[in-house]
Amino acid sequence: MSRIQTTFATLKQSGKKALIPFITAGDPHPDQTVAMLHGLVKAGANLIELGVPFSDPMADGPVIQRASERALVHKVGLRKVLALVKEFREQDNKTPIVLMGYANPIEAMGVEKFADAAKEAGIDGVLTVDYPPEESTEFNAMLKARDIDPVFLLSPTTDSARVDVIVNQASGFIYYVSLKGVTGSKNLDVVEVADRVAAIRSQTNLPIGVGFGVRDAETAKAVAGIADAVVVGSRMVQEVEKSTATSVVTNLMALTAELRAAIDA
Amino acid sequence: MQLYDMPDERGHFGPYGGIFVAETLVEALEELRVMYEKYRHDPEFLAEFANDLKHFVGRPSPIYHAKRWSDKVGGAQIYLKREDLNHTGAHKVNNTVGQALLAKRMGKPRVIAETGAGQHGVATATIAARLGLECVVYMGSEDVKRQAPNVYRMKLLGATVVPVESGSKTLKDALNEAMRDWVTNIENTFYIIGTVAGPHPYPMMVRDFQAVIGVEAKIQMDEIVGRQPDAVIACVGGGSNAMGIFYPYINEEGVKLVGVEAAGHGLETGKHAAPLTANSAVGVLHGNRTYLMQDEDGQIIETHSISAGLDYPGVGPEHAWLKDIKRAEYVAITDDEAMAAFHSLCRTEGIIPALESSHALAYAEKLAKTMSPDQIILVNLSGRGDKDMNTVAQLSGITL
Repeated sequence: MSRIQTTFATLKQSGKKALIPFITAGDPHPDQTVAMLHGLVKAGANLIELGVPFSDPMADGPVIQRASERALVHKVGLRKVLALVKEFREQDNKTPIVLMGYANPIEAMGVEKFADAAKEAGIDGVLTVDYPPEESTEFNAMLKARDIDPVFLLSPTTDSARVDVIVNQASGFIYYVSLKGVTGSKNLDVVEVADRVAAIRSQTNLPIGVGFGVRDAETAKAVAGIADAVVVGSRMVQEVEKSTATSVVTNLMALTAELRAAIDA
Repeated sequence: MQLYDMPDERGHFGPYGGIFVAETLVEALEELRVMYEKYRHDPEFLAEFANDLKHFVGRPSPIYHAKRWSDKVGGAQIYLKREDLNHTGAHKVNNTVGQALLAKRMGKPRVIAETGAGQHGVATATIAARLGLECVVYMGSEDVKRQAPNVYRMKLLGATVVPVESGSKTLKDALNEAMRDWVTNIENTFYIIGTVAGPHPYPMMVRDFQAVIGVEAKIQMDEIVGRQPDAVIACVGGGSNAMGIFYPYINEEGVKLVGVEAAGHGLETGKHAAPLTANSAVGVLHGNRTYLMQDEDGQIIETHSISAGLDYPGVGPEHAWLKDIKRAEYVAITDDEAMAAFHSLCRTEGIIPALESSHALAYAEKLAKTMSPDQIILVNLSGRGDKDMNTVAQLSGITL
C-alpha cells in the first residue's frame, strides 16, 4: 500500500478526515520549506501538497502566483523541490507529499527522469495541473510503476462520462475543485459540493478531497462533513505572505491547528 | 505527396498542439470544439463571415508589385499581400470577426482577449462594438505603458482594458490572466485568442479564419502574373499571419514557405524571440506543446524583440510541425535588420510597414538577392506601421 493509501485507510478506521494544506516550495525562502513541512505535520496535517514554482501558473489565482514568484527569486525549480522533499524525508517517513505543479518543468527534466527522481526523493503523488488524462497516459503509467499516485482534479463542469475517464487513471485520491475559477477565488457552496461529491462517489472508491475556496475553520468543518479530505491552499499561502521569516512556521502551525480542531470537532 | 490534413481530432500536429489545460477549462474547450465543428462548414455562417470580411474589413486585400523596391534590392520580384490595408490596419481582424461571429452564434454576450502591442485588442474591441458584445482586454502593464495610443483606441471602442501586473507584465501574462477570466466566467464568455496558439481548437480555428489571406493570394497571383510565387515569406510571433498565408500553399510543393522570427539583439545574445530558429526545447505552455524559450528548470524566459507583436516565448504548434517535416523553413531577423527594411520600404514604395512585417521584408531582401529577376517572392505585409511611430522615433532620438 502506498503512503497515501495507508494514510486514508488509517484515518477512516479512526473515523477522521484528512487535512491537506498546500504551500509552495521555496516560499518565502527555500531554507524554510523543510521546517514549514514539519510544522504542518506537527500541527495536524495528514498529507501535504507541495507546489512546484512555475513562471506561468495559469490555473492559479494571484495569491499562489505570488508565492511562485517569491520562490523563483531564489531560483527554486523542480530539482530543488525534490531535494527539499528528500531532506524532509530524513525525519518524516510517514506523511505523504503530493507535488502540485505544471507540465513544463517536468518535461524540461524529462518525464522518465522525473519519475525516477521523484521516487528517490520520496514523493507519493503528483498532480500536474495541465496534464489532462488524454495527454498523460504514459506518464501516469510511469508514476504508477514506481508506486507514485497520479492525482487528478475534477471540476464542477466535469461530466460523468469524463469522471469515468479520469478516475480510471487516477490513484491515491481525487481532488474535487469546488468552484469555477482559479485557486482562491471565492467561498464554496457547501450544498452544491455535497451533491457533486455524492455523484463522484457513485463512480469511484478513491477518497475525495475538496479544495479551492476553503478559507476558514467553519468551511473546513463543513467540507469535512462531506469529503474525505479538506484541501487548504490559498489561505495557507496568505498566512505565509503576511508572516515574517521568524513567524512563518509558528503562524502556519497555528492556522493548521485551528483547521484541525474544526475538522475533528 | 499525400495531401496535408492536420490537426488530428484532439488538435495534434504530430507531437505538437493538443489540449494541455486544467480540468476547469476542459468543458469550455469541448463546447467550443463542438460548436466550431458545427459552423466551420456551415454555408450560412461562412456567408456571414465572407460578407463581413468584404464590407467591414474591406477584403480582398490587394497584392501589390513593389517594383521600385525589387529593383533597388536587386534579384527576384517582390510582391506584397496588403493586409495593412484592412480595417484596423492588420491581419488580426480576420480572426476576430470570425470568432466574434461564432461567439454570437453560441449566445455568449461577453468576449475577452489578450493583447501585446494592442493590435489584437483593438481588432477585438472593434468587432465587439459592431456586434454589441461586452469586451474586456487583458494587457501587460508594461505594454499598457508602451502602447498608450492603442489602449485609448480600445477604450474609445467601448472596451475595458485590464492592466496585468503579474509575471513579466507582458503578452504571456496577459494570456494567463485572460485564461483565468475565462475559467471563472465560462457560461457567458467567449475567449478570442489572437494567434494560432493555445489549446485545441484555437490553433486550427485561428488558422482557418486567417486562411482567407492565402486563398485570396493564390487567386490574385494567378490573375496578376499567371503563376504562383517561388517563395512566400511571413513573420512569425505566435504565427497567425504566417499560417494564414502558408496554409493554402502547403500542398503546392513548388512554393517555398519561409517564416521569419525575431532575432532581437541577435540569437547569440539570448535576447530574442525565435524559439524555432534557435531550436529551443519543446515544452508545454498556454494549452499546447511546442518549441518554447525556457531555462533549464523549464521556467519560461523573457523574450526580446523591437516588435511587440513578435515578442512571445512560444510559437503556434502547426509551425513547429511544419519545421519538423521541413515543409516550411524558419529564419530570424534582428531588430537592426528589420529597422533597415522598414526605412527602405517607406522611402521606396510609400508604404509604412509594421515592425512585425518589417522582419519578413528584411528576409525578402536577403532572399531576393540570391534569386533571378524572373523569380517571384510574395511577402505577407501583415500590418501597417502607424502604431510604431513612437518606437521608431525614439530609436532615432526624436520625441514626438
